[in-house]
Amino acid sequence: MYETNYHRADSLADAASKIGEEGKYLSGGQTLLPTMKQRLAAPSDLIDLSKINGLSGIEVNGKSVKIGAMTTHAEVANHSGLRDACHAISEMGGWIGDPHVRHRGTIGGSIANNDPAADYPSAMLALNATIHTDQREIAADDFFTGMFDTALKEGEIVTAVSFTAPEKCGYEKFRNPASRYAMAGVFVAHHGDAVRVGVTGASSGGVYRPADMEEALSDNFSADALDGCSVDEGDMLSDIHGSAEYRAHLVKVMAKRAVAAAH
Amino acid sequence: MGIEGIGARVLRKEDKRFITGKGRYTDDHNAAGQHVAVFVRSPHAHAKIKGIDRAAAEKMPGIAAIFDGKQLTGDGIGNIICGWMVHSKDGSPMNMGAWSALATDTVRYVGDAVCVVIGETMAQARAAAEAVEIDYEVLPAVVSAVEAMKDGAPQLHPEAANNIIFDWEIGEGEATDTAIEGAAHTVSIDIRNNRLVPNPMEPRSALAEYDNAEEHFTLHTTSQNPHVARLVLSAFYQVAPENKLRVIAPDVGGGFGAKIYIYPEEIVCLWAARKAGVSAIKWTADRSEAFMTDAHGRDHVSTATMGFDENHKIVGFKIDTVANLGAYMSLFSSATPTYLYATLLSGQYNIPNIHANVKTVYTNTVPVDAYRGAGRPEATYLVERMMTVAARELGIDPVDLRRKNFITSFPHQTPVIMAYDAGDFNASLDAAMKESDYANFDKRRAESEANGKKRGIGMSCYIEACGIAPSAAVGSLGAGVGLWESAEVRVNPVGTVEILTGSHSHGQGHETTFAQLVTERFGLPKENVQVVHGDTDKVQFGMGTYGSRSGAVGMSAIEKALDKVEAKAKKIAAHMLEAAEGDIEIKDGEVLVKGTDKKLGWHEVCLGAYTGHNLPEDMEPGLKEGAFYDPTNFTFPAGCYICEVEVDPDTGITTIEQFVAADDFGRIINPMIVEGQVHGGLAQGIGQALMENAVYDDEGQLISASYMDYQMPRAEDLPDFQVSHQTTLCPGNPLGIKGCGEAGAIGSPPAVINAITDALGHEGITMPASPHNVWKAIHGGPNGTNDNNQFERHITDAAE
Repeated sequence: MYETNYHRADSLADAASKIGEEGKYLSGGQTLLPTMKQRLAAPSDLIDLSKINGLSGIEVNGKSVKIGAMTTHAEVANHSGLRDACHAISEMGGWIGDPHVRHRGTIGGSIANNDPAADYPSAMLALNATIHTDQREIAADDFFTGMFDTALKEGEIVTAVSFTAPEKCGYEKFRNPASRYAMAGVFVAHHGDAVRVGVTGASSGGVYRPADMEEALSDNFSADALDGCSVDEGDMLSDIHGSAEYRAHLVKVMAKRAVAAAH
Repeated sequence: MGIEGIGARVLRKEDKRFITGKGRYTDDHNAAGQHVAVFVRSPHAHAKIKGIDRAAAEKMPGIAAIFDGKQLTGDGIGNIICGWMVHSKDGSPMNMGAWSALATDTVRYVGDAVCVVIGETMAQARAAAEAVEIDYEVLPAVVSAVEAMKDGAPQLHPEAANNIIFDWEIGEGEATDTAIEGAAHTVSIDIRNNRLVPNPMEPRSALAEYDNAEEHFTLHTTSQNPHVARLVLSAFYQVAPENKLRVIAPDVGGGFGAKIYIYPEEIVCLWAARKAGVSAIKWTADRSEAFMTDAHGRDHVSTATMGFDENHKIVGFKIDTVANLGAYMSLFSSATPTYLYATLLSGQYNIPNIHANVKTVYTNTVPVDAYRGAGRPEATYLVERMMTVAARELGIDPVDLRRKNFITSFPHQTPVIMAYDAGDFNASLDAAMKESDYANFDKRRAESEANGKKRGIGMSCYIEACGIAPSAAVGSLGAGVGLWESAEVRVNPVGTVEILTGSHSHGQGHETTFAQLVTERFGLPKENVQVVHGDTDKVQFGMGTYGSRSGAVGMSAIEKALDKVEAKAKKIAAHMLEAAEGDIEIKDGEVLVKGTDKKLGWHEVCLGAYTGHNLPEDMEPGLKEGAFYDPTNFTFPAGCYICEVEVDPDTGITTIEQFVAADDFGRIINPMIVEGQVHGGLAQGIGQALMENAVYDDEGQLISASYMDYQMPRAEDLPDFQVSHQTTLCPGNPLGIKGCGEAGAIGSPPAVINAITDALGHEGITMPASPHNVWKAIHGGPNGTNDNNQFERHITDAAE
């Protein structure tokens, strides 16, 4: 790790004032710190957001859900109100990484990083979530703009995500055999009037919504309804763990399993 | 047996310190004035070093020195050598290229060390290492052994034309050809044995201290054989004379073979400690360095043909193997794909004619050497895949084909050197079939099919050779060292016992099992026994631990020393008790005169030995004896493994539903520790079969260079293993021990692949059977995995 200046911010304004041009916000640090240890990232300053009041916690009011950005995956996995409202996002939280990662990593950090193999972005898209920042509210559809790319401006801080719990939801992922990150993760959410689907891990463009799957499931919310859908392997990633063809196939298999598991 | 003697499930004495985090590994040791070493490594797989500019780096804060390869060779530090001479079939010696611990003019793999930076702190040394500017002229690289042999391929060493180190054979070629030509049936297979990264939990580390007043070096290092390290560092690398070099291998967190060898880093740290004028230098590999520099394992490609008569008896077996040895010849790299591999190609079977040809080849990859099993997993995979494929092609039950060809009388001389001394192969096969409920497999398969899954069952009847020895025999085959073991038993005046052994424990539990020998012999509690190992100043000499040799060879040396101690103690006791020596018995910590009530406490006899007040005439005081044990033969553990899998055709994921291991290890000292060895070996073998794969790109970059891309087996990937033992004693050593450390890794990969191919209904899968490879095999048919599989492409090319 290269030398860096560590700051513990006590407010959002304090954090924003310290970020500078080469600084980085530190949330759970489960991606940033390993990257720094490998000397692949060298921020001049680290601004720790963990002591800012009000960024953590889960609120469930009927169908209305709000999750603070600094809420850990373990809290998402273990919050009974959230599980009752939207079980698939709780299951997703419980399947991320290992216990260490789940107790440090945060939902805000995950979506702000928008790793193409991260889980939460697929849920945000499928749940039609709103991303709250220290400056504005952004619809998930507008937030994820490509691999490791988001609508966040320089210095903008994610403070929370909110969504209306769907009638039914399900999440299934095929794990990379080595890293256990998603190689194909599919979140389906039935909102009554429409079905939304978020796909992570597979596409070279990052997280996305497959229009034909959403249409087919809106007509008939069953795994069989996806039989006629096709996933374009031309859009898929390819590496030693799986070809584009295999990933395209897995997206469909995981989508069917997510629908079958939805309730 | 007593409650803590031979055969008892004694809890491990060493676990208190390991489980409570009190183990003291090399990196836990520190010396006053210690500096750290950081190596500047080649980012290229093959390049000329045009220039090194270290002027800026040398001026950076905290930097004591930066050295390069020319300084190292200029100081007379010798090249790293392979310690086992193998001759080609034309009689010429192997073509060994030069390997300097720091590259002098050419780098030959990504990670090859070019400079060492000695700094006060890690941060300072790393910063300076990044500031060293090396001007490379990048050369074409080759990573596949088959490609490397072709005309026009990049040449690594001037000594090895077409990169071929040797072209070796064993067995009778003509007789084997004739037998196969006249066979009623022949079966041929192509086999790839995937390259593995050893991944011991503790990375390699070295702490080199230099005392300039005494001109004496001390090296703490992660070694499986500290005495061999001292010998080689001294005799071949001229780092220091043996009497001026103490090597200590303290607690070592796993070896698996990768810590047998003497690596550049130890040599450089010792040399640099004196040259830089610092008192001590420490280097500890980070995980990326471990992936890039620990000797890799396996990496064979083979074609094989077996001939059968009309009754399905094997008449001949012919094998052609190409072994990738990487960029340089590591310490035992020549022996692994020859004498540790081809000598086991008879398997458990009566095969009248065998011929194997092995070519070893340089490539621009990490050096390859022995890794848990070392040659025997490669042989077993070949033989046991062949037996199953042959049974399927012949249309008979794989069990019947094996039984029909089993060796059933011993001793048995194979056509490939080995003389099997004892075994009962049917006993292990019977036990494994019973335990796995083999007879009712079809019912379970039908249930899986009803759930949309494919189920398969496969077996492997392995035999291996352990306790590598005897010295005269291995010497005649080219080994540069003897392969015996030494032990010393020191009985203290109060009756407690210290065992000094040349074996080294890095996870095997020697501190417990070796103590159990004393418990068995004298009836002393294990707490009264201390096992000392891993320090050249304490133990006179030893050959270390690898090849499952510490039970069969190391414990035999202890037994011999205990015989001498017992004999002397009895003489002393007979004198003290005024009884005949033949009437003395040592039991439960007491020394008795048989048939009387006369007795002494063990401690009284020991004290008597040291006071010397009342000893037999002409007897020296003291009670301390040593022994060297040189075996008469290898030992031959064998067994039968049965694996049952379920494959999800939608994802290609293979789940191991059950795994049965039925092993014959000869005498077992501690069944709990033996079971642990089997469990660990099976995990590694299943890892090879399903997950682990060192993948290089065409430029020689290691793609699977971290746990993000190199899949290690996890607990959730493995079933509860069903382990049992069927025992025939080894006639060659005093305890009848065969060895158990590698069997799991040797026997399991073919069982897994035989099960998967049974589920798929065809043979078109190679290791690792990753979900992607299995999915391709399902959806692409028998050739489904071939398009992306380097191995088949190379074999096809080689045949052109």
